[in-house]
Order: sequence, then C-alpha cells, then structure tokens
Amino acid sequence: MGNDKDLVRRYSVKERVNHWWVAITFILLVLSGLALFHPAFFFLVNLFGGGTWARILHPFIGVVMFMSFLGLAGRFWGQNHVTDADREWRKRFGDILANRAQDLPEIGKYNLGQKYVFWALVATIPVLLVSGVIIWQPYFAPVFPIGLIRLAAVVHALAAFIAILTIIIHIYAAIWTKGSIRAMTRGTVTAAWARHHHPGWYKEISKGSKS
Amino acid sequence: MALQSLDVIRRSATTTATPQQRQTPEVAKLIDVSKCIGCKACQAACMEWNDLRDEIGVNRGIYDNPPDLSGASWTVMRYSEVQPEPNRLEWLIRKDGCMHCAEPGCLKACPAPGAIVQYSNGIVDFHEENCIGCGYCLTGCPFNIPRLSKKDGKAYKCTLCSDRVAVGMEPACIKSCPTGALVFGTKEDMKRHAQGRIADLNSRGYPHAGLYDPEGVHGTHVMYVLQHADRPELYSGLPKDPSISPLVGLWKGITKPLLSLGIGVAVLAGFFHYVAAGPNEAGNDETKK
Repeated sequence: MGNDKDLVRRYSVKERVNHWWVAITFILLVLSGLALFHPAFFFLVNLFGGGTWARILHPFIGVVMFMSFLGLAGRFWGQNHVTDADREWRKRFGDILANRAQDLPEIGKYNLGQKYVFWALVATIPVLLVSGVIIWQPYFAPVFPIGLIRLAAVVHALAAFIAILTIIIHIYAAIWTKGSIRAMTRGTVTAAWARHHHPGWYKEISKGSKS
Repeated sequence: MALQSLDVIRRSATTTATPQQRQTPEVAKLIDVSKCIGCKACQAACMEWNDLRDEIGVNRGIYDNPPDLSGASWTVMRYSEVQPEPNRLEWLIRKDGCMHCAEPGCLKACPAPGAIVQYSNGIVDFHEENCIGCGYCLTGCPFNIPRLSKKDGKAYKCTLCSDRVAVGMEPACIKSCPTGALVFGTKEDMKRHAQGRIADLNSRGYPHAGLYDPEGVHGTHVMYVLQHADRPELYSGLPKDPSISPLVGLWKGITKPLLSLGIGVAVLAGFFHYVAAGPNEAGNDETKK
C-alpha cells in the first residue's frame, strides 16, 4: 500500500470537464430560476442583464445542462447501484455525521449519500426538462393545453426544489469531507483519503495498478 | 407612472404594501349581450384610442374578425349560433376581453415586480415596461385573456382604458357603442342598471336572464347581462364558475415561501453542522491497515 500522500486518480479530464459544465449551468439555472420563483430573489435577474434576459436565457441554459447531464449520468450510472455495504453504511449515518467513522463498512467508489445525490438528479433533471419545455414561452407553451401548463409550472418548481436541496447537500459534503474537492478540480485524491472514505474502491484500484 | 397615482391596491411580485392612500370608487363596465348587434364599433374604438393595428388576417367564413385576442387586439366579438332549446335559434354575440377580476389570477402568477397592478377602482393593468415575457399571466388567468405580443414578447390585454378613466372619461369602447349595450360607471350603479335590464328580459321570455359577476374571482369589473345566465358557456365558452386554478394557487401560494425557506434552512443546516461537528478528515490512523 502506498503512502498517505501518494496520489490516486479519481476522475479523468473528460469527467471533470463534464462535471463542471453541469455544475456551472446548474448554478446559473438556480440563480435565474429562483429570481422568477420568489420576489425576494428577483434581484438576481441583474446577473443576467435584467428580467427579460433571465427569462430568455434560463431555458436555453437548461437545455445545455440537460445535454451535459446526460453525459455525466452515462459515465457514472454503473457505479451508483446500491450495495449491501451501502445499506450497512446507512445504519451508521448518525455516527458518520458526528465524525465517528470507525469500523465503517467497506465502501466502493461512492457511498450511499453520493449515490442518492446521483439518483435524485437522474430523477429530477428529466422532469425539469419536460416540465420546462411545457412552460417555455414563446416557443413551446402555446401548443400545450392550459391545464398541463399549470401542472408543469408546479412540477417544475417542486422538482427544482428537490434538485437544489440535493445540490446543497452535494456541495456541503464536498466542503465537509476534506480532500474531496481536488478530486474534481485536479482529478486526484490522496491515498489516505481513498483508504479512509472509499476503502473498497481503493483496494480495487491498488489491485489493478500493482506492478 | 402607475404608482404615482397612489391608488394601487395590488402589485405583482411584491410582498409589501403599495402606495394606496387615494381611494377611488370601484368602477365596472357592463356588457348587455341582449342589446349587442355585433357591429364591432367597440373593437374599432379600442384600436383607435390605444393606437393598435393588428395584422390583416384572412376571411375564415365567420364573423369573428380577428379570430382571437392578440397583443394588438384587446377586445374581440365572439359570435355563436346556439339552440338554447329545440327549434329556437339564437345568435349570441359576446364582446370578449379582460374581466378585471377582483382576485386577478394574472397578477398572482406574475413573477415580475410591478408588471401587473390593480388600482383601487378595480382596474387590473399591465405595465409592459416591467414585463419580462414569461407568460405566467396566461397561466394564471381563468378567462384565457392575456396574449404575448409577437412583436415585442410582452403581455397585453384590455386596460379598461385606465388612462381615460383616470381623468374621468369612460373607456373608448363605451363611447362608441350605438345601442347602449356597453355602459360604464361605478360598480354599484352598474349592478343596479343590470337589475333593470334583467327584469326587462325576464318579462320578455328569458326567465334565466341574469348578471355575470362571478364569485369565484370575487367578482369582476367587467360584467355581462346574459339572457341565459344559468348557461354562460353558451356564449362562446364563457366559464360557468371561474376561479384561479388550484394548481396556480399551489404554485404561487404556499410553495413560494415554503420552498424558499427550505433552501435557506438547508444551507444553514450545513453551516451549523460544520461549526458543530467539524470537518470530516481522512488519514486518522484507525483506518490504516
């Protein structure tokens, strides 16, 4: 086994670029979407050049995010199936939050929290796309019946709420778990990080790279 | 400017009180369908006063022209040939346009501060300089009235000639009506006037004549006298019991503050968790094997 400071590759360049495309577009969507959701956030339209520009840009950014998210979902799909170790991990969730992380089950590349984040986004982003297209003026909304547009507006808000909460958890987890952010910015993590947080994954890759 | 009038009782996407020291009496336009001859003078007057020129359309073989409301057609006559009972043909002509609801669904749905206002006289007015063109007002309206302009992407509808009413004149359509089917005044006076008309219609073989001032939107500031008030849908689909859709109520009611609060709570929960529990750091020896 390598030294603590040795670096282990976690994400390829393509994965990182793809992730940050989704991340940037997601943030832009949250800012412009919240602006049109509650008057308390309306000032955010100024980041986009005013209310009309925020309204025009939001759906186009949404399409870009959906397309980039398809890439991300495809790349990570297979690694996010819930395992028995994950179910064990869930029972220890209170300990994990309290930083009592001794004797945790052997977690693979992703823990259950990360997998839930993945599946929550897989569930909400297509809903956001479909409901967003239905309320998209002036291009698509006119062809849909008014009842469907009303339903889509509510569904869009609720799905966005779930997605935003998910991303808040995702961002917080990255800040809380020291040494995680570099996985997505530089592609590598320390061996100590990998052993501590994802021992199953660490074993797997050390086996593969043994020379 | 609208807010200088100091009689704005409601303003879209605004959570504090509007300038409303001046109180004006509630006004209403009364449309007596039984007196309407379908001459479209009101349509022409609306175009003239508001400087609106819609695109020239095509003849579709019916009187409705233009066929629908648009960014540049704020009122249209809708003609329907119906048989309210067998062997009795009636030609019902309804002047369609904004109803100026006391509880306006457009205003409730609008996300742009000050794009839609309601004056104390009851007129619901769009201020296109604040409109962002999202079309939420179309979603909120129970009467299918507002239209996004193809020219500028803003939403438009009848203003009830708020500019004329503000200086003591009646709306342009009222001025042009040759039969007195359109009258304008305080809402109270219009209701009284309607009662006289309804009594007259009752005595002439319309036992179900009545006033259309739907409660579901807390009344309107454009009212109809209908020969068949029990069946408003005969009049080109005038809704029987209009109200703001519960979906719009849900979307613009409880979800707005609740979800916003939820997002704030989630962020704070993260922050305080970090402060309380501290970071999750790797490299503690207990995991080294």
